[in-house]
Amino acid sequence: MIAESGHYALVLALGLALIQSIVPLIGARLRDAALMNVARSTALAQLLFVGASFVALVMLHVNSDFSVANVYENSHSMKPLIYKITGVWGNHEGSMLLWVSILALFGGLVAAFGNNLPLSLRAHVLAVQAWIASAFYLFILVTSNPFLRIANPPIEGRDLNPVLQDVGLAVHPPMLYLGYVGFSISFSFAIAALMEGRIDAAWARWVRPWTLVAWIFLTLGIAMGSYWAYYELGWGGWWFWDPVENASLMPWLAGTALLHSALVMEKRNALKVWTILLSILTFSLSLLGTFLVRSGVITSVHAFATDPTRGVFILLILCLFIGGSLSLFAGRATSLKQGGLFAPISREGALVLNNLLLTVACAVVLFGTLYPLAMEMLADFKMSVGAPFYNLTFAPLFALLLLAVPFGPMLAWKRGDLLGVTQRLLAAGVASLVAVAIAWGWASGGATLAPLAIGLGVFVIAGAVTDLVERTGLVRLPFATVLHRARGLPRSAWGTTFAHAGLGVALIGIVCETTWNSEYIATMKQNEVAHIAGYDVKLDGLFQRQGPNYREMIAEFNVSRDGETLSVMTPSKRSFTTRGSSTTEAALLTRGASQLYISLGDATAEGSIAVRIYHKPLVLLIWWGPVLMAFGGVLSLSDRRLRVGAPKPARAKQRLQPAE
Amino acid sequence: MTRKQRRMTIIGGSLAVLALAAGLVLNALRDSIVFFSTPTMVAEKHVAPGKRFRLGGLVQPGSLQRGDNLAVTFEVADGNAKLPVAYKGILPDLFREGQGVVAEGALDASGVFKADTVLAKHDETYMPKDVADALKKQGHWKDDYGAKPSENDKASGGAKPAATTAQGSPQGAVR
Repeated sequence: MIAESGHYALVLALGLALIQSIVPLIGARLRDAALMNVARSTALAQLLFVGASFVALVMLHVNSDFSVANVYENSHSMKPLIYKITGVWGNHEGSMLLWVSILALFGGLVAAFGNNLPLSLRAHVLAVQAWIASAFYLFILVTSNPFLRIANPPIEGRDLNPVLQDVGLAVHPPMLYLGYVGFSISFSFAIAALMEGRIDAAWARWVRPWTLVAWIFLTLGIAMGSYWAYYELGWGGWWFWDPVENASLMPWLAGTALLHSALVMEKRNALKVWTILLSILTFSLSLLGTFLVRSGVITSVHAFATDPTRGVFILLILCLFIGGSLSLFAGRATSLKQGGLFAPISREGALVLNNLLLTVACAVVLFGTLYPLAMEMLADFKMSVGAPFYNLTFAPLFALLLLAVPFGPMLAWKRGDLLGVTQRLLAAGVASLVAVAIAWGWASGGATLAPLAIGLGVFVIAGAVTDLVERTGLVRLPFATVLHRARGLPRSAWGTTFAHAGLGVALIGIVCETTWNSEYIATMKQNEVAHIAGYDVKLDGLFQRQGPNYREMIAEFNVSRDGETLSVMTPSKRSFTTRGSSTTEAALLTRGASQLYISLGDATAEGSIAVRIYHKPLVLLIWWGPVLMAFGGVLSLSDRRLRVGAPKPARAKQRLQPAE
Repeated sequence: MTRKQRRMTIIGGSLAVLALAAGLVLNALRDSIVFFSTPTMVAEKHVAPGKRFRLGGLVQPGSLQRGDNLAVTFEVADGNAKLPVAYKGILPDLFREGQGVVAEGALDASGVFKADTVLAKHDETYMPKDVADALKKQGHWKDDYGAKPSENDKASGGAKPAATTAQGSPQGAVR
C-alpha cells in the first residue's frame, strides 16, 4: 500500500505541477488575481504530495520491504537504520525523488514567503518552477519509478554499495541538491523577468537571498563531498577533477559570479542583461550536472546506472530548458534598459573582472569535462583530462582572481582610486611577503611556487581583514568608537570578509597539502615501526570483528612522537558479503589542522599487511575555508537589507550606517 | 572617458582574459592529455617510451606476481595482445585476475608498462566503461562480464526479480 500511495502522490504532484505551469500565466495575461494566486496553492500542495511520496519511499526502506525493486536492490535487512534512510537517495531513482522534493521545497518557500513580490512576478516565477518540476516528475514516472514492485518478492535485499554506507551520504547529496536545485529559483526569476520584460534593482534584491541560500548549501555540499572522498576512498585525495566533481564545481563558479553581479545590479542598476544570462547559465550548468551524473555518459563513482533511455530523456529536458531559455534571452534581452555608468576602475569594474575570471574558469572546467566526450564521439579515440590539465589552466586563472579579490571591496562605486587602494593594502602586501619569506625559508628552497601561493593566500586573508579594519577604524580611533562602528557595520560587510578570507584559508590548505604531503607505503609486520614526518607509527596487531552486515579486519597502530604515545589508530578493511565487495576505512589523527592518515591494503599469508600512511600538513584548512565562506554567506543572508519581507529601514537610521 | 571608451575598455579586458584562457587551454592540451589504449592498440601503433597513456583491458589470469615491498607485476590482455605491467603500491580493493582494469603510466625502454595509478572496477558487477567499449569493438565482449554474480540470486531465494533483469548496478571506478 505504501508504495502505491507514494506512486499515486507523485502522479498527483505532476498533475498539480501541470496546472501550476499554465493557469498562473493565463491569470497574468488576464490580470486576474485569483488565477495568479492558483500558483501559490498549487506550489504548496505540490510540496505536500512530493513530500508524502518521499516519506513513503523512506518508510519502504526503513521497513525493508523487498517487494519494491528499489528497496531490494539497495537495501538489506541487517543494514543499520541510518543507512536504510540515507540509502533512499543512494541510488538513481531515490536521488531523483530527492531532487524533485527539494525543487518542490524551494517552490513552496517562494509561495509561502514571497508575499512581498508583485503578484504577476510571483505567478510567473512559480509557473516556470512548475515547468521544471513537470519535466522531472515525468522523467521519474516514465524512466525511473522508485515504487516498482517485484512479482516474486525476494527474502533479502542486495544491500547498498558499501562505499555509500557512511554518514557522508546522509549529508552530502541533500546539501548538494539544495544548492543545485536552489539555483532553479534564480533561473525562474530570470525567465519571469524576461517574459514580463521588466527588470530593476528590486528584482536583484529579491533574487539575491535565494541565490545566496543555494550558494551556501552548494559550498558546504562540495566541501562535504570532498572530505568524504578523502576519508572514505582510502587514497587520501580530496579532489580528483572527476567529471562529476566538475559538474558540481561549475554551478558553484557560475553561482558565485551571479552573487556578485546581482550585487552590482542591486546597488547600481547596471549589468542587468549579464545577471539574467548568468542566472540562466548557472541553472543550466546544474541541469548539465544532473545529466552527466544521471545519464551514465561518464564513468564515475557517482554514476549509479547506465540506461540509455534515461540519458536521452534528461538530454531532452536539458536541450528544452537551456535552448528555450537562451532563445528567450536572445529575443528579449535587447529590450531591457541599460543601467548606471561606471569607470573601468571602480567597484563595478572589479566585480566585472570577478565575473569575467569566474566564468572563464568555469568555461575551462566545462571544456575539460566535455572535451573527452566530444573527442570520443567525433574522432573515436579515448582520453582523459585530469589534474595536470586543470593545474595548467584553472589554477592560473584562479590565482589572478585571488590577486584581485582584496581590491574589489575597497574600491568605491562608480569611480575608484586604484592607487589609494593599493596604499591601503600595503600592510596586507607586506604580510604576504613575510609569509612568502617564512615559507621559503622553512621549506629551504625546494618548491618556489608553493611559498608564492601561500603568500597569495595570506594576501587574500589580510586584504579581507584590512577592509574590516578600515571600516571600523580599528587603528585610528578610540576603542569605544570602533566597537560602535563594528556594531553598525552591515552584516553583509562581515559576510564579505569571512567569505573572502575563507578563500585564502582554503588556498593555504591546498598548497600545504599538495606540496608537503609525505607518504609511507609498505608492507608492515607486527611490532614494525614506520617513521613519517616525526611520528613513529607502530603496528600493534591485527584482529577480526563482525559488523552488522560486514566482517572487518582491524589493524591497531600506536602513534607516538619523541617517545610519547599520542593515540591509537585503528584503520580497517571491511568486506561486505552480500555484494562481495570491500571498503577501506581509513583512520585519521588530527593534530591542529594537520592529519595523520592510515589506510590498509591486502594482508599477506605471513601475517603482514600493506599499509599506506600519509602525513598531511594543514589539510583541514581545505575544508575550513569553504565553511568560513558559507558562514560569510549566512552572515550576509541575515543582513536586514536582504531579509525577505523585512520592512524598509527608516531614513534617519539609514544615514547612520557607514558607507559601503 | 566617454561611454564608448569605457565600453571598449571592458570589451578589451574581456577579450584579453578570454585570449589568456584560450592560450592556457591550448598549451595544456599539448602535453597534459592522457590517451586510452588497449594492448592491441599499443602493439599496432608504436608508442614511444615515456609517453603517458591509460592502458585498459582484463588482468590475465595467472599473471599476477607479488614481489618485495608491494611491487607487483601482471599482464593486461584484451584477447589479441598482452602487455606486461609493473606497479608498486597498494592495488585497489577490487583488483582481481580476469577482471577489468585501467592503469595509467608509460612504457619503459624494455616495453614494460610502468603504472603509477591503477584503477579497478568498484564492485562485483562493474566493468570499466572504457574497457567494455574497447572489448566490444574487438568482439571479445561476453555478456556475462556485466551480469551479477549468480550466488546473489541464490541468496535471494532463487527468485529472479522481474523488474531487474537488465543488469546489475555498475558503480564506477575509483582511484
